[in-house]
Amino acid sequence: MKEKMAQQTTLNTLEIGASGRVVAVNGDSRITRRILEMGIIPGVLVKLVKSAPFNDPIEVSVRGYNLAMRRSEAAAIEVAL
Amino acid sequence: MASTTAHSLTIALAGNPNAGKTTLFNALTGLKQKVANYPGVTVERKTGRWQLNGSGADLIDLPGLYSLDATSLDEQIARNVITGEQKGVRRPDVVVAVVDATNLERNLYLVTQLFDYKVPVVIALTMIDVFEKQDHEINIAKLSQLLKTPVVAINAKSGRGIKELAKEVHNAAEKGESSAPVFSDVDETSGPHAKIFARYSFISKAVQESTRHNDTPKLRISSKIDKVLTHKFFGLVILVAVLLVVFQAIFSWATVPMDLLEQGFGGLSALVKENMPPGILTDLISDGIIAGVGGVVVFLPQILLLFLFISLLEDTGYMARAAFLMDKLMSKVGLHGKAFLPLVSSFACAIPGIMATRTIENKRDRFATIMVAPFMSCSARLPVYTLMIAAFFAGQTIFGFISVAAVLMLAMYALGIAVAVVVAFILKRSVLKAPPPQFLMELPEYRVPNLRTVLQNMFTRAWLFLKRAGTVILAISILLWALMYFPRDLSPTPAADSSTTQAAVVETGGEPVEDVVKESEQLKHSFAGMLGHTIEPVIRPLGFDWKIGVALIASFAAREVLVSTLSIIYNVGKDADAESTTLVAAIRDAKGDDGKPIWTPLTALTLMVFFVLAMQCMSTLAVVRRETNSWIWPIFMFSYMTVIAYTAAFLTYQGGRMLGFE
Repeated sequence: MKEKMAQQTTLNTLEIGASGRVVAVNGDSRITRRILEMGIIPGVLVKLVKSAPFNDPIEVSVRGYNLAMRRSEAAAIEVAL
Repeated sequence: MASTTAHSLTIALAGNPNAGKTTLFNALTGLKQKVANYPGVTVERKTGRWQLNGSGADLIDLPGLYSLDATSLDEQIARNVITGEQKGVRRPDVVVAVVDATNLERNLYLVTQLFDYKVPVVIALTMIDVFEKQDHEINIAKLSQLLKTPVVAINAKSGRGIKELAKEVHNAAEKGESSAPVFSDVDETSGPHAKIFARYSFISKAVQESTRHNDTPKLRISSKIDKVLTHKFFGLVILVAVLLVVFQAIFSWATVPMDLLEQGFGGLSALVKENMPPGILTDLISDGIIAGVGGVVVFLPQILLLFLFISLLEDTGYMARAAFLMDKLMSKVGLHGKAFLPLVSSFACAIPGIMATRTIENKRDRFATIMVAPFMSCSARLPVYTLMIAAFFAGQTIFGFISVAAVLMLAMYALGIAVAVVVAFILKRSVLKAPPPQFLMELPEYRVPNLRTVLQNMFTRAWLFLKRAGTVILAISILLWALMYFPRDLSPTPAADSSTTQAAVVETGGEPVEDVVKESEQLKHSFAGMLGHTIEPVIRPLGFDWKIGVALIASFAAREVLVSTLSIIYNVGKDADAESTTLVAAIRDAKGDDGKPIWTPLTALTLMVFFVLAMQCMSTLAVVRRETNSWIWPIFMFSYMTVIAYTAAFLTYQGGRMLGFE
């Protein structure tokens, strides 16, 4: 029930410095699989650290390390605030 | 001491990129390592010998990977090695998994995949001191027990844990089986990614039970550095500054050893001439082989320096930041952010640039980058630009203060970049069509570079270049030499020779007049000279005569050869350089059969445009052949670049004439 209450969005729309818990990673392409393999799976905490000079790509902190990804890739990652 | 194993052991080293695998490999094998490619692909195969409890073992360094799912070539090869399917590699008896303690969960993901292949695994835990410095704790015995796999904390630099690692590997080999949990039979009906989830939940549990984290971690040094280095504004400023330093080094520091090498090869060539009886063999050795090899080796200081910087940038972790900063710009053209540094390196020399594209995982992105790299104006084009500008545009200004020379120089660089952008755009939508490249890239912690790794990396790459390009370059050098040397006029009468000299000689650069003229006459009647005549109708529309044609053919050996070839053709002695006043004068005075000057500012500009865009570097083609592992790509590169160069030169010349320039 609490899940439902939490505000849900996608990783690319997070404010810089904000974090959220991954709810789902959508899609079934190679890139989806790679995102999951890098440890971004439901339940894990992610934080948007910063974005690059032209606002894309973004730097995400997950499981204690930092990962750069494009906003288009981050759009597939649903997070609960 | 006595080993009970019947055969010499084979051990593979696997791990994530940046986990410290290379440092460990270097520490275990010392200098006894071999670098080659796996047959048929450009995945690097590094092997060495590891002295393991008295007996030697073959150590294979697998490419750095995040997963074994075989979606990339690296992963496919690694998997084949582990299962023993890779030709020429024995199935490893033990796999040493290099795991970064500061990044345990993601690093262990690959380890759980290794478990599936039921090969005995020993975990080498690196970066343990960094981990503990951050006030975290790890219970290694507990972790080992939970993973049912031996775990050894190591520090390759200080030697900590290396003996213990050897012992554990030895034991694991004797035991010959793995008791670690296997995930290959996880039911995937519940979802396509159930296996990934199962692995991570197992890992999370094991890590939670064996480590204790400091609740309020200090802001990591990397984050502090990144506040500046990937800052939206300062990040870009620093990137430009870094590149400036690299170029400064390449263009000023490298010239000292380059001049020395040039003199050395010149001296060697003269020495051969003096001490061997005159004849074809002597000429072949001194003018063909020594000059040909020298022409390539001269670039070695530059290439070494560039490799040094690339290795440094990679090892510190800055390379990934540069890709992060530039990805948006690069993706506009359809290229990956990682293509930025290889392309920038190509301004010095396309060869290290092309070899540095290996970090780009996707083959199509990588090939597109390779295909446009030679458009970046490399240092070998500089003598050509310098000569043309010195001859026709020196001292001129626009509005009284902007130097035409500077504007032209800048325009040549800009032209190369613009064409590269257009070609990359087209390639990514045609031959190399692919969805926009995925970016997903780890930003590793910054590290003080390991000097040994950096130097080893630099020398390995330089050696690979020499080995790869060397044979092709030698063959083509000899061919070009022969084209300019044959057919020989076997009975030159000194009288007839000198009668032709009077009219022909303008000035000479210090060589005896007769020799210089003889050389020039020889070239005119050689196969190359004939070829020059043959292609004249084709290059006429560009304003070039057959003499320029000969120089164009010769410059295929290397672009800067144009200068020395023109010197021979215009009788000023082949040692004239791009700023030689005699050569400049000879070019200005050169007249065609109709008495009109051959060279005009427009011809010079046309030649410069041609040089920006044409593929006149056999070393680059040889490297492309190796890097793409096919003849198709270098042939394609040569053809399309020649077509573009010809078209652009044609438009420049004819357009210029229509505008009233001569």
